Amino acid sequence: MDWAMLIEWVVKALLLTVILLTGFAYTTYLERKVLAWIQVRIGPNRAGPWGLLQPAADGIKLIFKEELIPAYADKIIFVLAPVITMIPALIINAVIPWGREVVIFGRKVALYLADVNVGVLYIMAVASISVYGVVLAGWSSNNKYSLLGGLRASAQMISYELALGLAFLPPIMLAGTLNLREIVEAQRSMWYVVYQPIAAFIFLVTSIAEVNRAPFDLPEAEQELTAGYHTEYSGMKFALFFMAEYTKMIAVSAIFASLYLGGYLGPFESQFPWLGPVYLALKIFLGLFLMIWLRATFPRFRYDQLMALGWKGLFPLALLNVVVTAGVLALVG
Amino acid sequence: MSLMVLFVLMGALALAAALGLLFARNAVYAALFLVLNMLALAVLYLTLGAPFLAMVQITVYAGAVMVLFLFVVMLLGAETLREEGGPIAWQRPLAAILGGVLVGTLSYILFVEATTGKILPPPEDYATPYALSVKLFQDYLLPFEVASVLLLVAMLGALVLVQIERKRRRNDDQTSD
Repeated sequence: MDWAMLIEWVVKALLLTVILLTGFAYTTYLERKVLAWIQVRIGPNRAGPWGLLQPAADGIKLIFKEELIPAYADKIIFVLAPVITMIPALIINAVIPWGREVVIFGRKVALYLADVNVGVLYIMAVASISVYGVVLAGWSSNNKYSLLGGLRASAQMISYELALGLAFLPPIMLAGTLNLREIVEAQRSMWYVVYQPIAAFIFLVTSIAEVNRAPFDLPEAEQELTAGYHTEYSGMKFALFFMAEYTKMIAVSAIFASLYLGGYLGPFESQFPWLGPVYLALKIFLGLFLMIWLRATFPRFRYDQLMALGWKGLFPLALLNVVVTAGVLALVG
Repeated sequence: MSLMVLFVLMGALALAAALGLLFARNAVYAALFLVLNMLALAVLYLTLGAPFLAMVQITVYAGAVMVLFLFVVMLLGAETLREEGGPIAWQRPLAAILGGVLVGTLSYILFVEATTGKILPPPEDYATPYALSVKLFQDYLLPFEVASVLLLVAMLGALVLVQIERKRRRNDDQTSD
């Protein structure tokens, strides 16, 4: 293990974290602006030009807020829960490839943090444990609305994870690898969304359910559960939940782009590897815009509708899609 | 060398979490200790060169099974319930005997068989997804299918039991009206 390598990894990890956290701040801005435009309002426009400093103002406000812990809450888990929510949202991004290799100061640097041969499984593993934070927040608050929110979150996750896992399979089968970078490279001739529109659709729907965004935001449903699992949270602890939600939105968009939209690939990328991150950023932006658009358009599902859609609609469809894909691949070779 | 340090650390963590699971008074804490134990085991698999198993261990056990456990504990509000009348009388001696058998077998393999050279080191690619699927879906296809049918039967059995209970309750309601 040489030192330059170690420094390179640390720098890349720090850079990725900073990019993600800045991305989170401006995703909140994007959401407020886009929602405002869709609803024929103006949106944040006071802090800085076009309201661009709004995320900074929000952050400062949250830091100075009082941190409340309910009297009969389970204090250890109450404090740990926001952290447990935030960590998976950050580390899931470790395996996403941002490009191939570039030369910086005469040194070849790969534009990805970890090139793991089970990258897709890593994503599934981290996604599957990301529900703990929400469930524990709901339970430790000692508040019936919070508990209901936490329970809803775990039921929803378990129901939608199956279809989500099955939507991961077609790109793996087409590329013949579990390595995310190789899956992206395999899409040089054609994006997988063209071969697998059904799987891409299922992935989109289930991943929105996994990040608890509208129309699947039942765990926090403000009208019935008064914000659900994070009712009792304030200040920076609340900010961590907020951060986790938006970081997960970015991560999900990046994973969707890598699996179905050719990741960092795009015109002239083979000559100019620096274009890779730009293309991926554009595709992530598309995903974020789509999620915000959906939130502005669709009303929330009722709980039984959510379960029926997951178990009777998406799950059989995803299963059928996998079987058909496997059959076609076996026949064609 | 650093792998060895990681292995020992994670082994200690897994042991500590297992003890925490045994002695936790609150069922939610016990479940969380079990999750910690499983995550530590996953890292152990990683240090042994089996990343596929490690990821599956996290997804299936920590991500699905334990989430369901936690769900049921919270749904029933059973965090602090104590068993009525204490544990079953023959449970502890039986557990001690079976645990002793396990420890004995493992130490026999570890200290006797391994030193006589009966156990060969695993082949280089023993834990790749490809090698594992060949084992599961070709060499051991029948046991694999039997296990999955068994699980399916257990699930159907649970459903049938619930249905009988429901029907009985419905009948009770009608007669009381």
